[in-house]
Amino acid sequence: MNKTVNQKAWLFVLPVLVLVAFNAIIPLMTVVNYSVQETFGNNVFSWAGIIWFEEVLTSQRFHASLGRQLFFTFTILAIEVPLGVIIALAMPRKGIWVSVCLVLMAMPLLIPWNVVGAIWNIFALPQIGMLGNLLNGMGIDYNFTRQPGDAWATLIAMDVWHWTSLVVLLAYAGLVSIPEAYYQAAKIDGASSWAIFRYIQLPKMKRVLTIAILLRFMDSFNIYTEPFVLTGGGPGNSTTLLSIDLVKVALGQFDLGPAAAMSLVYFLVILLLSWVFYTLMMRDEEQ
Amino acid sequence: MAKITLSKLRHSYMAAPSGDDDWALKQLDLEWDDGGAYALLGPSGCGKTTLLNIISGLLAPTEGKVLFDEADVSLLPPEKRQIAQVFQFPVVYDTMTVFDNLAFPLRNRGVAEDVVHQRVAEVAAMIDLTDRLDKRASGLTADGKQKISLGRGLVRTDVNAVLFDEPLTVIDPHLKFQLRSKLKELHQRIALTMIYVTHDQTEALTFADKVVVMNMGEIVQVGTPVELFETPQHTFVGHFIGSPGMNVLPCEINNGNAFIAGTKIAAANKADGNLVNTEIGVRPEFVRFATKGLAARVTKVSETGRFSIVEAECDAGKVKLLVGEDEKIPTGSAKLKFDAANTRIYSDGWLAGLGSVE
Repeated sequence: MNKTVNQKAWLFVLPVLVLVAFNAIIPLMTVVNYSVQETFGNNVFSWAGIIWFEEVLTSQRFHASLGRQLFFTFTILAIEVPLGVIIALAMPRKGIWVSVCLVLMAMPLLIPWNVVGAIWNIFALPQIGMLGNLLNGMGIDYNFTRQPGDAWATLIAMDVWHWTSLVVLLAYAGLVSIPEAYYQAAKIDGASSWAIFRYIQLPKMKRVLTIAILLRFMDSFNIYTEPFVLTGGGPGNSTTLLSIDLVKVALGQFDLGPAAAMSLVYFLVILLLSWVFYTLMMRDEEQ
Repeated sequence: MAKITLSKLRHSYMAAPSGDDDWALKQLDLEWDDGGAYALLGPSGCGKTTLLNIISGLLAPTEGKVLFDEADVSLLPPEKRQIAQVFQFPVVYDTMTVFDNLAFPLRNRGVAEDVVHQRVAEVAAMIDLTDRLDKRASGLTADGKQKISLGRGLVRTDVNAVLFDEPLTVIDPHLKFQLRSKLKELHQRIALTMIYVTHDQTEALTFADKVVVMNMGEIVQVGTPVELFETPQHTFVGHFIGSPGMNVLPCEINNGNAFIAGTKIAAANKADGNLVNTEIGVRPEFVRFATKGLAARVTKVSETGRFSIVEAECDAGKVKLLVGEDEKIPTGSAKLKFDAANTRIYSDGWLAGLGSVE
């Protein structure tokens, strides 16, 4: 079959190409460019090879940040995914309460991220914050600005509060799409509610949960604004996640080369882990 | 195994039903004998599925009772009723193998694993899935999945009845016939009560010993296929069963005799009592061309192979006739004769003098 080659088609693709070039390809290439050069200010650059990559990969500081980042991401995934599924299961499927629940669930997602950080910062302040004051009043020694454990607990609570809704909404969407006949058949077959969850609801939610896990993984691995406003990475470096560390290197110290190399490694780690997640969760779909 | 009795059953999906139209099921009284093969036949939306779901316990009736033998089960949930039900669209547990799917209803009831193996093997042989027992159920075609659903309905031995809700909708035509014969054969072998819901008269008439015809939430007639064909008790049954359906023509009654445009029509039943909207019902099989009778004009002839379906126009409306291939079909005006033994008078849809016939 002969296809007509229509060169005019390029004109229609052009806007997208320009857009992608400016918001993705050119910035990324700039970063690649920085990552292999040394700079001494005044826009003077010299070839540096792979020394920044070597530095990043062997750096104690990077390892520590990466470790904290992994700990943060896996902790919030371990909490938000099961919690989101449980809340979605508990939500009503029909009636007027559906919209009420959905609006309530969507609220945290609508708040600007720096505001979320500010809310929790004030909420948790040891003396004047509602949470901080309450905990201390109950005799619990709580101070997230001084004690790393408290800082972590607050950080994780904030993320769970902010993002569990996303998992809830996706899981709920998966649940309501299950045809009534499945529940009827399960009743006839004498299935327990655990069996209904295990063999009907969970398999039918699998696709949306895969999306939820991937989104939460990528977003939490990239998280910056909320922890920056809440703890600023402290006390000390105890809550310095990768992105916060990266900004310190790039803007605080103005080390463009190492920061660029770190960005690329950071990017590759996310890409690799996303791929691993996706492959693991989708491996059964193949057959 | 039990006799199933429906007593004064009514159901509405509305919170406060008032008018007649609010009831999905108008009052029903019916007995299903133990071991019978029944078909529940009616057009879409007539309440067949509602009735089925009430028997299985997925729905609680608004009014009335469901009895299994003498026990009132109206409020028992499905799992306590020992009922198997197969739905219109295939339901399979995607993550399980075909074997586990078939074993599911048994395992949920704590049946010993060696019995499970034996039962699943039997059912799998019945529905031709033996070679696919280890496969994941999600990989099967729609046909295969519906076979699993059927299999799950048939795997238990302790059930009071197996209910089929238009189970062959998604199945290929050639397989349909095969599976229906399988079900029929199975019924003869194990004599389990089976209730088969369908809107397809061929399916109903080939499967069932007794057919329950429903329309607009009411049972119109219960009978064997022959009874439904020969003595429809309502013009709806005459219309719905048979292809083409029964001719129904408005008529006048004079001294107990029916007349169409002045021509006397002999009928099998008597027209007496209070009569409204009187009609003559006669199947196309029992209308002949004759030298004397109702005047009509032939308007259309359709060849169907062994028969021709002839349409003729008389004063009361259109009449269809089935004419054998070697009979002569007149053109233009003709006279029609109805076989008196198979011609009936209906009043307001129902057979006139119901109960006095036969």
